[in-house]
Amino acid sequence: MLANHLVILPILVPLMAALLQLLPWGENPQYYRRIIGIVASSVTLILAILLVISVQDQILVYALGSWQAPYGIVLVADKLSALMVALTAVLALPVLIFACHGEDNLGSHFQALYQFQVVGIMGAFLTGDLFNLFVFFEILLISSYALLMHGGGKLKLRATLHYVVLNLTGSAIFLISLGVLYGITGTLNMADMADKVAALQGDDAAIARAGGMLLFVVFALKAALLPLYFWLPQAYANTTGTVAALFAIMTKVGIYAIVRVFTLIFGADGGESANLIQDWLWWLGLFTILLGSAGVLGSRDLRLVVAYLVLVSVGTMLTTLSLGHTDAISAMLFYLVHSTLVAGALFLLADLIAEQRGKTASRIVKGRKMAQHNLLGAMFFLAAITVIGIPPLSGFLSKLFILEAARTGAQVLLLWPLILGATFLMMIALSRAGSRMFWHTFDGKPNETAHPMWQHAAVMMLLVGAVALTVFANSVSQYTDAIATQLATPAEYISAVLQTGGSNE
Amino acid sequence: METLYSITVGTLTACSVFLILRGRSFPIVIGLTMLSYAVNLFLFSTGRLVINQLPLVGMSEASSDPLPQALVLTAIVIGFAMTAYAIILAVRVRGEIGSDEVNDYNYAEQEGQR
Repeated sequence: MLANHLVILPILVPLMAALLQLLPWGENPQYYRRIIGIVASSVTLILAILLVISVQDQILVYALGSWQAPYGIVLVADKLSALMVALTAVLALPVLIFACHGEDNLGSHFQALYQFQVVGIMGAFLTGDLFNLFVFFEILLISSYALLMHGGGKLKLRATLHYVVLNLTGSAIFLISLGVLYGITGTLNMADMADKVAALQGDDAAIARAGGMLLFVVFALKAALLPLYFWLPQAYANTTGTVAALFAIMTKVGIYAIVRVFTLIFGADGGESANLIQDWLWWLGLFTILLGSAGVLGSRDLRLVVAYLVLVSVGTMLTTLSLGHTDAISAMLFYLVHSTLVAGALFLLADLIAEQRGKTASRIVKGRKMAQHNLLGAMFFLAAITVIGIPPLSGFLSKLFILEAARTGAQVLLLWPLILGATFLMMIALSRAGSRMFWHTFDGKPNETAHPMWQHAAVMMLLVGAVALTVFANSVSQYTDAIATQLATPAEYISAVLQTGGSNE
Repeated sequence: METLYSITVGTLTACSVFLILRGRSFPIVIGLTMLSYAVNLFLFSTGRLVINQLPLVGMSEASSDPLPQALVLTAIVIGFAMTAYAIILAVRVRGEIGSDEVNDYNYAEQEGQR
């Protein structure tokens, strides 16, 4: 029974947990809510690993209510979805452990909102239906609106207002593009739509391309690509560390959606709409790297630095994706796993540093010594060399894969200097931040605020994930190779959905 | 009917875009509301405009498509909830920051003087 319903369980478990957490739990509700949250996240992690194992040789299709595709809504778990689900689960558990030591008390219902957010993210990764993707996007956005304000304060409110208005507009554009695509193809199932779009001719194909470009705008807004990234630094830098760490996976939802839709529907087999966004991705991605690294260098706050690092990683991934061949997609996915883990760790770390420094918080200025100075310093060093890409950790490997994937002259000419230059700027910015915060301290007594072991352990778990990515780089890159091969042959996905859909009695 | 319908959707969208580009939160919220009306009307039309037909195949000459109606219903529910949230948020921002300017560049300087 478990095997049949494995695809939907990563959505159901957090949903059930969130509903349970909303019950009135008597005098000391937070205690029970934390237990429910941790148990649910651990179970989700186990389920995600099971999912990864079971998609090795097949694409799992789950027809909700046994309504056959393309008429019903299907959940589809192929290798890419399984990887993203596993990554979300791996990120969510340490971040939740971190949050359970005080940060969840800053506002009400943090725990339930957190689980709802996970529901939305998991759903977006697993669904095989475009309108369903919209609904899951809304679920994750609605909880993110509330989470972004967690803790309150003027700066958070302002950043949230920008974020909400932008995303509401984005949702409207999403609906318009769905309307356009439904009007022209008569279906919302992604696999079925891929078939229909490939067969379109002339004016109909032009309308489908317009719909596809609108979808690209929406996903680029979520992924924070160049003209649409301005919400990200403020939003990520002003919110609490745990929320920002969980949001490390949010830009990846946008990237996942771009990969899914623009390899499956508007990919190489897309007929007149084939390879719709390649050129756009290439140039916008390059400029995102450029502006992101300028932002990294120009920020005077550690949180802002990390937010811009997220931006650089988005640019790097989308540029690599635009190269299009399987090696590039494989390198992109490897980098995606690496950057999610390390961005999560850095956001949590910035939070610890800010709290231990007291008044100067995360601003990159001379300040008092921290209570757990050496421990934090060591973790910051580890995270920094990982994110910059200095050997031997995963940052170095993933950048190496990306540089290897760019082969022809024009690609090397533009991509190599930008990625290496961005790496250099990141190195300057992070070494400046590290030396100001850890070495240029005032003499005298260190601050007294210290953090419990579990919060350090949570950061360590994410960093160990990055180390493990280096140690098991071979098997991980084999897996990402397999994903890239699967993405390059969308016919496999299409036939799995349209033929075996609904065989889950 | 199609012409009238598309002019309506177009006008609504144009007005909403104009309002969303204003600098204060109240016109923006009104603009978002209008945009969601325009989007709902547009979604409704994607099943083709037919009058007086059943949403069942074979029961009438040309069936009307039931799916866009279901989609519109979902979109209305989500859009309505989000409008309510955006209004509360705008009011809260107005209360806490003391201005409904969305991008008040003088805000950083003013903060030190208060």
